[in-house]
Amino acid sequence: MSALKTENLVKHFEGVMAIEGLSISIEPGRITGIIGPNGSGKTTLINVLSGMLPIDGGCVVIGNTLRLKRIKPHRVHSYGITRTFQEVRLFEQMTVLDNILVVLTERGILSALFERHGAGHLKQAEDVLKRVGLWDKRGGLTINLSYGQRKLLEIARVLALSETGQAGIILFDEPFAGLFPQMVKIVSSIIKELKEDGRTVVLVEHNMDLIREISDHVIVMDCGNLLAEGNAKEVLERRDVIEAYLGE
Amino acid sequence: MEYLTHLAILFFIYAILGVSLNLVVGYTGLLSSAHAAFYGIGAYATAIALTSLHINFFLSLAAGIIITGIIAFLIGIVLSRFRGDYYALVSLGFNVIVYSVLLNWQGLTRGPLGMPGIPRPEFVFDFSSNISFLILSFLFVIVIYIISRFLVASSFGRVLKAIREDEQAVQVFGYNTNYYKLAIFVISAGMAAAAGSLFASYITFIDPSSFTVMESVFILAVIILGGLSNLRGSILGAFILVLLPEALRFAGFPQAIAAQMRQMVYGLCLIFLMLFRPQGLLGEYKL
Repeated sequence: MSALKTENLVKHFEGVMAIEGLSISIEPGRITGIIGPNGSGKTTLINVLSGMLPIDGGCVVIGNTLRLKRIKPHRVHSYGITRTFQEVRLFEQMTVLDNILVVLTERGILSALFERHGAGHLKQAEDVLKRVGLWDKRGGLTINLSYGQRKLLEIARVLALSETGQAGIILFDEPFAGLFPQMVKIVSSIIKELKEDGRTVVLVEHNMDLIREISDHVIVMDCGNLLAEGNAKEVLERRDVIEAYLGE
Repeated sequence: MEYLTHLAILFFIYAILGVSLNLVVGYTGLLSSAHAAFYGIGAYATAIALTSLHINFFLSLAAGIIITGIIAFLIGIVLSRFRGDYYALVSLGFNVIVYSVLLNWQGLTRGPLGMPGIPRPEFVFDFSSNISFLILSFLFVIVIYIISRFLVASSFGRVLKAIREDEQAVQVFGYNTNYYKLAIFVISAGMAAAAGSLFASYITFIDPSSFTVMESVFILAVIILGGLSNLRGSILGAFILVLLPEALRFAGFPQAIAAQMRQMVYGLCLIFLMLFRPQGLLGEYKL
């Protein structure tokens, strides 16, 4: 059984094929690394899976039962999927705390109208912000955080969602890019903990050492197609993968 | 004293307009330039209900809010397809359409002749004196402010701000942002309608010239000057923009050019303020 599957998935941009009939399967409770050279379609895949880009062909299957040819972004949450972004997308002119609270509170308009965040919400936010070392910054505007802190806040946001049990599948789009070694350690341990808690993690990443260290399974994409997949060690030693990735 | 009471009533009406528009522009980030249209629909609905149907002011007010809410709902559905500059342009187009309807549907609105003889409110108390109307207007401001405060302090308000910051990202976290945008648009329009009802009943005569696109721009200036995403800022903005031109009457400009000088000083004040404090006086958000 897979947590998430694509079947002949197609995505193109005005004639340029970004994903060309991709069929992959993401197993539950594992960390699946997605690698590939720039322009291979990794981020496009994440954007399609999270409903931010429409599907042009094929379908996405969630939990073996739900076959989707169209994914609306606001429905993604109800499928138990959440994500981070390659280019950090936070609510800049809101406080750090509000960036977390917004994913913890009610989704429906009427319930949101009459809801004030309570001690329970604050405790959840405190836990995740302390986990990424941003609790002291909770009252400040997000726009004033450094790049690394912003990355950590985005990870804290999906962590908060995951800890409420609302997200079983987490898509990370280059979470380590631009982070200091200390921050890399924090993010790496968070991703491992998510797996230990039974979450399914999809990790788009360029750092091969990290992919080797934390991925259970690796999918290699090239020109919108599946090039190879399997155990990280084996896949990363394949000649065709090295050639595609390094252009050698 | 009558003069000051008159200014205070106008200030309260614009405070309501500012606070309500700030919910859409400042908190949700939707640059609506149709607010005067809802202000006008509320004013006309109340005026027609009072003069033709002879029903009580407060029932007329409710009718004005409901009719405006329905129209705002329909306009909001169309507007929800647009973002940014396009949103501003399309909403401006709606203001032009509403103005044209008010001007040309003479059987209902009497067109450019306007609607005279709109009575002052009478319910338990008689609000025919300016002082009593001032108190009524003040109560309206308090009620609108409390409702707005309640909205922005709730989880709903936090989602509005998140929509303003990154609508697509909010959607990924499970929010149907179109519903949120539509809801706040309708609520804001209803509040503008309440201001229109007050205006119609206070002035006792309305015509379409009070509800042009320029009026929408003026209300935008109120909230940008006072500060976006800050309710008290809207009240401060209304206070300054309603009273500043009046204060300049006493600046001692030569009689022949006094009116033009007042407009120039008024414009310069706005330009300098935006140069040195672009987020407005109490603003918590920059466009």
